[in-house]
Amino acid sequence: MADIAIRNVVKRYGDTQVIHGISIDIAAGELIVIVGPSGCGKSTLLRMVAGLEVITEGEISIGGRVVNRLEPKDRNIAMVFQNYALYPHMSVFDNMAYGLKIAGRPKGEINERVQKAARMLELSELLDRRPRQLSGGQRQRVAMGRAIVRNPAVFLFDEPLSNLDAKLRVQMRLEIKQLQRSLATTSLYVTHDQVEAMTLADRLVVMNQGVAEQIDTPLEIYERPASTFVASFIGSPSMNFLPGEVDGDGTSIALAQGPRLRAMGQALGQHGGRSITLGVRPEHLAMVPEGEEDFHLQVGVVETLGADILVHGKLVEAGAAARQAKGEGGSGIIAARLPGSARVLEGERLPLKVASGLLHLFDPESGKRLVEV
Amino acid sequence: MVENRPWLTVLQHFVLLCGVALVLFPLWIAFVASTHEGRALVAGVIPLLPGDQMVENYRTILTAGMQGAGGASVGTMLLNSLIMALSIAVGKIAISLLSAFAVVYFRFPFRMLCFWIIFSTLMLPVEVRILPTFEVVANLGMLNSYAGLSIPLIASATATFLFRQFFLTVPDELAEAARMDGAGPFRFFKDILVPLSRTNIAAIFVIMFIYGWNQYLWPLLVTTDESFYTIVMGIQRMVTVADSYPRWHHAMATAVMALLPPTLVVLIMQRLFVKGLVETEK
Repeated sequence: MADIAIRNVVKRYGDTQVIHGISIDIAAGELIVIVGPSGCGKSTLLRMVAGLEVITEGEISIGGRVVNRLEPKDRNIAMVFQNYALYPHMSVFDNMAYGLKIAGRPKGEINERVQKAARMLELSELLDRRPRQLSGGQRQRVAMGRAIVRNPAVFLFDEPLSNLDAKLRVQMRLEIKQLQRSLATTSLYVTHDQVEAMTLADRLVVMNQGVAEQIDTPLEIYERPASTFVASFIGSPSMNFLPGEVDGDGTSIALAQGPRLRAMGQALGQHGGRSITLGVRPEHLAMVPEGEEDFHLQVGVVETLGADILVHGKLVEAGAAARQAKGEGGSGIIAARLPGSARVLEGERLPLKVASGLLHLFDPESGKRLVEV
Repeated sequence: MVENRPWLTVLQHFVLLCGVALVLFPLWIAFVASTHEGRALVAGVIPLLPGDQMVENYRTILTAGMQGAGGASVGTMLLNSLIMALSIAVGKIAISLLSAFAVVYFRFPFRMLCFWIIFSTLMLPVEVRILPTFEVVANLGMLNSYAGLSIPLIASATATFLFRQFFLTVPDELAEAARMDGAGPFRFFKDILVPLSRTNIAAIFVIMFIYGWNQYLWPLLVTTDESFYTIVMGIQRMVTVADSYPRWHHAMATAVMALLPPTLVVLIMQRLFVKGLVETEK
């Protein structure tokens, strides 16, 4: 167990800068998930912690010791790779024991530690097999076992579940979490899957284009996303964004598409007259009786999920005859997540209300969060 | 083919059998000739059925050798050939594995230049560089030695290239995982790369063993001492004897003996050989 400090870390390949100064403090025993779209630099960051990439600028320390110049083996870490990277010609036992053998541990101890890890991961029956003879989930376990036996201070996971099928992924996700809890080993986990990120993380790092947009607990990130990027990346389907303007007295928001949202409360006062981007999560829209609605949704497509339905459509002004969205800003296409019991027909006009207190306001230029509403 | 026409099948087999016969006939003649008396072969009509001198002929060449023709015994020549072919094959594999490892896994200045230089030596087989190579070997005092027979033939662009291509298909994560496990470069090479290259090594061994075994020109040049003659050049010496009939029956028996080791190598390593050429185990 050890804490990790990442300080102003920068990575450049030649002239191309891929990581623009990231700082994260990770407490001992914490499970941090780094999430972001492809090419955002999340794997590069992890590989710098692992020692597989050179750190261009900044400092990474593990357990209080700066590791910038240390070889991976001297950093007291273990890594689980996306494609498992098991040695194909070695048995499961040898795969798990290889690191210990190199470290020159006595045979008895190696045997004991591998057996213990194998029991923990239910691999005891498979120790003589070759990786080729294992299923995807079992290979994944062996890769974890290889990390566990070395009893490292830090686990690094590089998208370890993305090669598994959906069902197995859910199961392994749970196992990883339980394992990490019981071993209480500080862990860095990279993924592009937001569900994995939300469910596993003690704290989340949302990365975009080499910058950490927000570092916080999953719930905090869901409830108070720091930018439109974070807001759209976390949550599925992603948050609806509607351009609009706050009225002079700060009591309502006029959407570019026409509808006006009233009774916004005191918080808007300081932004009177300002252009904003309004964010509403699909699950915070509710179907209401005609007359109480904030706006109508011209239903395009309905996706049935069972527990919920997803309604995709175009926003139209309440009451008004089907009026085209104004040219400026935003298509007005939004999604709503409604209870599965709701009967919605394609082509219908649906009266919708925004749940109060669950709106997000962002600056249209910078995408940064403005106020709590 | 999903066609089902009986006469086509017959025709196909006929053509195939013709091909097989064409390849096997010279071998059959060589074998037949090695079982007759010397006189039967110079009499005009070459017999097509084995004679009764087989045991006699083979015993003669294996034990007494070709003293009459001024040569070492076939046993010695076989041994020389074996040593030469083995050293060449093993040496080529060792050097090529190491150079491919260096070219693929290490970033050093002029890495690609090194690779292309190695690769360009494909255009310089022994026959092309035979004079300078002979000069070097002679100056180093390696004439009439096993070292002189094998070392100049050991460097191999083909094998380096094959191993390089194979190493490039090994996932990077494997090298990284080994690094995380604390394996240094040599440990990784020994524990991971070489075992993974097993089938490729077998394939290259077969090819290079036969290449070494079949060397003719080079042994002819660097050996003047009979005790270093190889079997392939020995055969040639048998049939160009002055003041005597060529002993075809003995020459043919020797040729058959010379055929055996490469055939055995191919037969024994055939499965690994094919595997190494067609599949990669990852």
